[in-house]
Amino acid sequence: MLDWTRANLDLVRELTINHVQLAIVPILASFVLSIPLGWLANRNRVLRAVVITGGSLLYTIPSLPLFVILPILIGTRVLDSLNLVVALTIYGVAVMARSAADALASVDRTTVEASTAIGYSPFGRFVRVELPLAGPVLLAGIRVVAVSTIALVSVGVIIGSQNLGYLFSNGKQRGILEEVVVGILMSLLVALVFDVVIVLLGRVLMPWNRPGRAGRKRAGLVADPATGGPAVPAPPKLDKADAGVGGGDA
Amino acid sequence: MTHHPRWRRIGVVAVVAGLSTALAACGSSDPTGPSEGAASGDTIVVGSFNYPESEILGEIYSQALEAKDFDVEERFNIGPRQQTIPALQDGSINLIPEYNGNLLTYYDESNTLIETGEIDEALVDAVAADDLRVLDSAPAEDKDAYVVTREKAEAEGLTTIADLEKITPFKLGANPQFNEYSYGVPGLNETYGITDVEFVPIEDFGGPDTVKALVDDTVQVADIYTTSPALVAEDLVVLEDPEGIIAAQNVIPLVSDAAYSDELADALNAVSAELTTEDLIGLRDRVEGDEKASAETAAADWLQEKGLA
Amino acid sequence: MEFLLSALRWIADPANWDPSATTPLPIQARLLEHLRYTAVSMVIAAAIALPLGCWIGHTGRARQLVIGFTGAMRALPTLGLLFFLLMVFGYWLSYDTAPIVGATIAFVVLAVPSILAGAYAGIESVDRTTVDAARATGMTEWQVLWRVEVPLGLPLVLGGLRSATLQVVSTVTIASYAGLGGLGRIITSGIGLNDYDLILGGALLVTALALLLDGLFALAQRLTRTPGVTDRRPAAARRPRRSPRPHASKSA
Repeated sequence: MLDWTRANLDLVRELTINHVQLAIVPILASFVLSIPLGWLANRNRVLRAVVITGGSLLYTIPSLPLFVILPILIGTRVLDSLNLVVALTIYGVAVMARSAADALASVDRTTVEASTAIGYSPFGRFVRVELPLAGPVLLAGIRVVAVSTIALVSVGVIIGSQNLGYLFSNGKQRGILEEVVVGILMSLLVALVFDVVIVLLGRVLMPWNRPGRAGRKRAGLVADPATGGPAVPAPPKLDKADAGVGGGDA
Repeated sequence: MTHHPRWRRIGVVAVVAGLSTALAACGSSDPTGPSEGAASGDTIVVGSFNYPESEILGEIYSQALEAKDFDVEERFNIGPRQQTIPALQDGSINLIPEYNGNLLTYYDESNTLIETGEIDEALVDAVAADDLRVLDSAPAEDKDAYVVTREKAEAEGLTTIADLEKITPFKLGANPQFNEYSYGVPGLNETYGITDVEFVPIEDFGGPDTVKALVDDTVQVADIYTTSPALVAEDLVVLEDPEGIIAAQNVIPLVSDAAYSDELADALNAVSAELTTEDLIGLRDRVEGDEKASAETAAADWLQEKGLA
Repeated sequence: MEFLLSALRWIADPANWDPSATTPLPIQARLLEHLRYTAVSMVIAAAIALPLGCWIGHTGRARQLVIGFTGAMRALPTLGLLFFLLMVFGYWLSYDTAPIVGATIAFVVLAVPSILAGAYAGIESVDRTTVDAARATGMTEWQVLWRVEVPLGLPLVLGGLRSATLQVVSTVTIASYAGLGGLGRIITSGIGLNDYDLILGGALLVTALALLLDGLFALAQRLTRTPGVTDRRPAAARRPRRSPRPHASKSA
């Protein structure tokens, strides 16, 4: 027991690092790309239908053939890790665009109107008011994207990507159950670390949403008594079910 | 106090940005990325297919080249030929262990040549069209084989593929390609006149699943390659091929024109000259059998033993 | 675009639907296998997750535990799990049964988290005053669940089934790596034979099947929305629920 692991620590470490590298870009990219898409989806019904339906459509494409076909579609070299990164970003955006649309829609209209009234430009209002208030729902969405991206990276082994998925195929071919188990456990560990990092980032970036403080300030604008300056909008309290969009991932 | 969280926020963003940069920097040693030096010919990037034998052969090539002071990078575990050939052409890899018969069939599906010499000769022109070249083939051969259990062979009197007529209808397990190419089901139908066959696709290159299907009698005949350690371990019988539908499958280095040099050819030809089928069976047994040696170790020991490294 | 058209022509070619065509054809045989694997996995997963989800939603017990556990299940790489199960069952079962048992378990594991999340979120979404009112009229706990919570929470419960189905349909593609059939068989044959019609044609069939099933679920969700029940929470909190569907996570 553990003989294989002890003899192959370097391999496991190298594959884990690659796995993380391959996952990190799609996760960040789908977060960044989904925000303008979410904004678009809330402009009108037609755009919403386009974004949401487009997302579902992309999501149904099975990963295996997409990995194989992508080099032809985007003109990359067959072994370029960009193929995997682009494919994973497509899936990430498919899920995240919907989350972003829901997140931005969850922002209280009266808060938005009030921030317009106190002189925010539309862009300033979006960045300084709507986006922070949409934070908790965005966070729930990106957690789902992170977990599923990390699980999906391993399918890339079929197109020659070097990641933890190698331990699955090599372990099965050589009949080493321990190798497959180590691959699964490392993949779970990477997912757990990503999730913890995202949650911590969320706490730091959205201190108002921290458990125990969430309920203190109610929806509406709370003037900053210390400076007397521009009022800082406090986000409405979001109950758990809302934050998770029913997914219970919160 | 009110501004404190903002500073912390900026700090966190900086840390994340720093981490991303650091990870991106690690990316320069990322074996999944194309190698910078590949095109210039300084570094030889050795590829392999995604099964253990190919990885062992890739290790043998790369260690033999290292012993001759080549700069070598490994880019193993690549999918089938529609990945490896483009990868050779675009410089993502420069060299890969191939099998002469299947390589020729990839270029010419109607290929009927089966002898090592004639295949090697035909290959020279076939691969030249893609700016590739083949070096000397090794005596070592890993070819497709129609395999049955010893029990079945003795009970039914099976020694050649033609004898399979006696057990029709039967199920035949192999990779999906086997159903399309002349050494597989089409050859069985047309050359041997055996038509009552149900093809069972098994996606593992004659690996453990294919062996299990045969031993469990889910399939009665399987395509298991001649270097499989399971042939001995499970006491399996390879049927003879009197009509010659199965082409030779000698191990042969396939290298891109851009990376070719006489020194490279000399180093690899020296390997090919020593490599026999028995060696290959022994190497696979170390890696896939009970020992579970790594491909790297098995390859290093073999090179040492032959005085090549 | 040319190879997309070529793949569509491949799907439309009657020769590929000819019952006597050899594996990976005919298309309808692979399509039926694909549906069968999906249906069997979904039925088993629903039999586990629906009662459990209703119990959690109704009682509020073990909620955090189950959320944590299903979160970990979502993170399992299905390809790795499939290979693990194939190896483990390979030790005791014959080649006839090990792949189907292993693959079914892997797909059930994939489907359970979404179904479970939909079920408890659906039950929890029912207004507590409605539930208390039902209790006040003398309903037993069982009646509260069956007559009040389940009907009112049904759209969300169906939403969970809907995303689980989408995940399973696209993931059943990897069943061919377990030596099974399904549309993945067409795709992997295409990869082995360097035939892009098979690869893309198979992918298009999977996508079409997924969209068809998704459409059926969307219809069912619309039909089960209890007439006259409106959400009285503020508009801001309500909006995300417009088309209730728990998060899906793709894993193959």
